[in-house]
Amino acid sequence: MALDFLKDNFVVSKLDYLASWCRKYSLFPMPFATACCGIELMATGASKHDISRFGAEAFRFSPRQCDLMIVAGRVAMKMVPVMQRIWQQMPEPKWCISMGACASSGGVFDTYAVVQGIDRFIPVDIYVPGCPPRPEQLLQGIIDLQDKIANTGTIFALEFSKRNVHEGPKPLIQITAPEKSVQAPANFRSSTRTI
Amino acid sequence: MNFDEIKKNLTAQFSDLFLEFSSFRDNDRVIVPALSVLQILSFAKTILRFEMLIDLSAADYLHLQGSAHRYGIWYSLLNIENGKRLIVKTHLDDPDPRLPSVYDLWKGADWMEREVYDMFGVEFDGHPDLRRILLPDEFTAFPLRKDYPLRGMGERHNFQPLTRSEA
Repeated sequence: MALDFLKDNFVVSKLDYLASWCRKYSLFPMPFATACCGIELMATGASKHDISRFGAEAFRFSPRQCDLMIVAGRVAMKMVPVMQRIWQQMPEPKWCISMGACASSGGVFDTYAVVQGIDRFIPVDIYVPGCPPRPEQLLQGIIDLQDKIANTGTIFALEFSKRNVHEGPKPLIQITAPEKSVQAPANFRSSTRTI
Repeated sequence: MNFDEIKKNLTAQFSDLFLEFSSFRDNDRVIVPALSVLQILSFAKTILRFEMLIDLSAADYLHLQGSAHRYGIWYSLLNIENGKRLIVKTHLDDPDPRLPSVYDLWKGADWMEREVYDMFGVEFDGHPDLRRILLPDEFTAFPLRKDYPLRGMGERHNFQPLTRSEA
């Protein structure tokens, strides 16, 4: 054939595959680091563990330039609207890694102010366990996310629009019923009381 | 000026009040009635020269055996000239825990009083801007009170979850 010389110079593929391949090796993380997991996140970016081996070294501190939010650390209730706003400001397609025990479940901080898992309020793709996780664990999380992108990604990123139901655990509106909360043993209208 | 002289000065100046003095290690304390806390702190600052307010904090003594009052509020003072420290403590009770603000004596009391208000609901009369400092403005409870449950009254879950397609 006349075109025989072209035989080894073509690769036939799908555009979806090509787009996902580009995206998974050029993740731009948004470091939402609120606690000690943030230190491990920095260590992951530093030379020893070198997140750039996986194409995700370009940390951007503006959510509009990112496509991967890494929530590293506990999130207090005052921070939830901030976290949701930052997540909404990131352009599609985007992913979220919940790094560490606190971001995933509240960890040891089971108190009135600490959110018991960010997946109650924003969608999460990958959970990285650990308190805090080693950089290797975060890298494994990024590798798993790359697999997920490769398996599910499409070129126009329309697969996200179908996920219109809440995927995380149900919000616990009230953990302690008012009648179960601790009541004062006496009234304090007088300045003395008996126990 | 040692603690005995401070005692003598305070009892001479406020002979009509019942002041309770105690010492533990290097803590010298005077427990004063809530109504006269501003006069005593003003005397301590101007005459006894405790010019620096180190700390202003509070505790809730609900359920504590043997405590006669619900709230304790203390002021840690420091005399910069001789390094002497004094703790002035007072007690408050429900339903209206209220103290005069010491903002006019020490500007540094501003945020400390706001924090005590935020956590315990103690109101400071005369404070220029008494509002919450740590918790969000829409928070309604005072979480360091002992009758507030550790896990809260559901405030931490009171947000709208985002679905993936919304964002």
